[in-house]
Amino acid sequence: MPTLQDYKGKQPAWCPGCGNFSILRAFNEAVVELGLNPYEFVIVSGIGQAGKFPHYTKCHTFNGLHGRTLPVATGIKLANSALKVFAVAGDGDCYGEGGNHLIHAIRRNIDVKLFVHDNQIYGLTKGQASPTSMKGMVTKTQPFGVFSEQFNPLAMAIALDCSFVARGFAGDIEHLKYLFKEAINHKGFSLIDILQPCVSFNKINTFEWYRQRVYRIPEEYDPYDRTKAFEKSLEWGDKIPIGILYKKEKPTFEENIPIIKEKPLVSHEPYLEKLKDLMKKFY
Amino acid sequence: MDYSIKIGGEAGQGIQTIGDTLAHIFARAGYYVFTHQDYESRIRGGHNFYQIRISDRQITASRSSIDVLVALDLESINQHEKELSVQGHVLYDSSYLKQRFDKPNFLDIPLTELALTYGGNKIMANTVAVGAVLGMLGMNPEIMYEMIRKTFKKKGDEIVQANLKSAEAGYKFAKEKCLTCSFMVSGFEKPKMLITGNEAIGLGAIASGLQFYSAYPMTPSTGIFNFVAENAKDFGIVVEQAEDEIAAINMALGASFAGVRAMTGTSGGGFALMVEGISLAAMTETPIVIALAQRPGPATGLPTRTEQADLLFALFAGHGEFPKVIFAPGSPEQAFYLTNKAFDLAEKYQITAIILTDQYLADSQWSYLEFDLSKLKYEDYRLRGDNFRNLKEYKRHLLTETGISPLGVPGDANHLVVTDSDEHDEEGHIIEDAETRIKMVEKRLFKKLPFIKKEISPPNLYGEGNPEIVLVCWGSTYGIVREVVDELSDKFRIAMLHFSEIYPFSEDKSWLNILQNAKLILNIEQNATSQFAKLIMMETGLEIKKHINRFDGRPFTVDELKEKVYAYITGL
Repeated sequence: MPTLQDYKGKQPAWCPGCGNFSILRAFNEAVVELGLNPYEFVIVSGIGQAGKFPHYTKCHTFNGLHGRTLPVATGIKLANSALKVFAVAGDGDCYGEGGNHLIHAIRRNIDVKLFVHDNQIYGLTKGQASPTSMKGMVTKTQPFGVFSEQFNPLAMAIALDCSFVARGFAGDIEHLKYLFKEAINHKGFSLIDILQPCVSFNKINTFEWYRQRVYRIPEEYDPYDRTKAFEKSLEWGDKIPIGILYKKEKPTFEENIPIIKEKPLVSHEPYLEKLKDLMKKFY
Repeated sequence: MDYSIKIGGEAGQGIQTIGDTLAHIFARAGYYVFTHQDYESRIRGGHNFYQIRISDRQITASRSSIDVLVALDLESINQHEKELSVQGHVLYDSSYLKQRFDKPNFLDIPLTELALTYGGNKIMANTVAVGAVLGMLGMNPEIMYEMIRKTFKKKGDEIVQANLKSAEAGYKFAKEKCLTCSFMVSGFEKPKMLITGNEAIGLGAIASGLQFYSAYPMTPSTGIFNFVAENAKDFGIVVEQAEDEIAAINMALGASFAGVRAMTGTSGGGFALMVEGISLAAMTETPIVIALAQRPGPATGLPTRTEQADLLFALFAGHGEFPKVIFAPGSPEQAFYLTNKAFDLAEKYQITAIILTDQYLADSQWSYLEFDLSKLKYEDYRLRGDNFRNLKEYKRHLLTETGISPLGVPGDANHLVVTDSDEHDEEGHIIEDAETRIKMVEKRLFKKLPFIKKEISPPNLYGEGNPEIVLVCWGSTYGIVREVVDELSDKFRIAMLHFSEIYPFSEDKSWLNILQNAKLILNIEQNATSQFAKLIMMETGLEIKKHINRFDGRPFTVDELKEKVYAYITGL
């Protein structure tokens, strides 16, 4: 059985006190408790502070481009459906640069787990507004404050009938670990939006700010009720729910492809022997 | 024997059906066939044509003069009557055109009426037209009947009989009524295969073990996507229509990282979106093949027409410095083998290989006796299964003498496969130090490049071995320039120097001597700025001063190009 020692990665280059440390700890504990070995899954990450995540744990890694985690993850999952595929990105990465890919990954229901480190700010580029920044936030590049509506990833995911929609909080490691485990065990595209305070640049949405507002969704809540889930996803302000908002069991994208159903694509040898028959079609 | 048939009309009138059917009948009869199409960016209306040339010897381009013009609209006559050869005839239906022509070489044939009488449905008018063309040519109709039986077999005996009767009616009508038709067609030979440039790329990819194709539809590359998708089931290929070209290339890279041969295809605008992905492929050393079917730009340009103006764009595509391979086939046959070579080199050197074509090559059909499958190469360069498991230690970006690191398939062993778009160390983890950076640049670029260059073939010299006049060209102009050389070679010591493996340049530079010894070098390109001549200058220092360019979106014609070349020669 793997232990936490097996998941000791490179020394993180995150700021001291960054919410990413708690996310990393919750993740490592979750995969250890699930008995997963580092070589059994791949993490695709983008660019931003969250993009460095896979280097700080142990796993197959494709640290790609800003915004492009989901297409790469989709390609990997289609080529090798036996691998567990996780995507890790920040709010700017996944909701800004890669927004289009998010919509279509949810539509496909590819069996990829997406963990978004949502700090409501651009950290690596030093403090510009992100799609989830709250209206009015003043930054160096938004001198009059943010005018645009705050992006609501959970409401959008539920609108697209996403298979698994959850919100976690870096300040509640036990709960976050539970969400990771639930998402990893769930079949289908899964989104966990993780509230992650940025200690360097987001002076509004601090640990303290979240702690005062965040509450765990009670156990009696039914995550299979889409209308209620949508309603729940709209809660933001004095009360911010964390937990599994929505679940929908449905076939994954790759389950629809006959060749993958049989065994992973990568385990098939190319069918070159049929070439002679194909040539006949040209006569 | 050398005849050209042109079918002209509005989009949606069945030009494609008539043209395709005729082309396949001719190829089946054993003639050499060449077809090209001219269409507008619309689904209905406008003016479009489909041109077929048939001969008893290998042909590589269309000719300007037409022997049979099938005019489905008045515009076809207005535009193309002047192209008729001395023995040229027009086949038309006065009920379509609402006009009758009193000329001896115009044959008015009631296509719809015959279709209704003999086939019981006006939809058979296309079949009547096919029969009529064969009747005008005086060709034995047996193969046409055989093709009809084969094509409509699935639709039942009734449809087969209706089509047979319609074809026969058209055939007999034309044969009896076209008194001035004096065509001489040869007897049947061994059937020829008929293939477009797009199909040849798709076929080449499948023959190279393609397992994953993701793309966003874009003319004129969509034919490759269609071909791969049609054969996906039989060949175990996963095909995905991505939400955009950025996703298309990133999906293909993901699939390639996970251990399968992957490809994407697009045209200029889509390729522009893929550019960051090409750079990602370079940094992560992930093999990928991209088909780039050019059309005239900038921006949306002329979406259904042809140009060779993305060469330098493809060459420089991707931020940073890294090696890539660019092939520009001149024919479907070259497209087939070069696609195979692209897959081989992409995987062997873990680089991007681009196949650069254009609308002209993508959509034109060529005929061949056969493709030699034994000339294909398939070698799996990935580290899989036991070979991977038995390794003591694994580093994805291991520094080696050749610059090539072991390409492990994640999940096949307990070793971790780690790669990064950031500069990284041998294990694939982010670094910032100067020493590792230098080593990695050397590995990716300087170590690999000499090996890649050794794989590249020099250009193909066609015609006179020691020429006074050399026509330099690349990519899809091959067939046209070749015919120009054929036509001028009895008068002049002329040759074509055709480049199909265009980047990097081959180590074999003997072709430079040929150019240096020539009295006249003419560079021929389907673009405004002679991009390939610039590449020659950049790579060799040789400056070609005389250029023939065409950039109106239409391909060169043999006759027009011959005149231009002739004008240069006589101006010597």
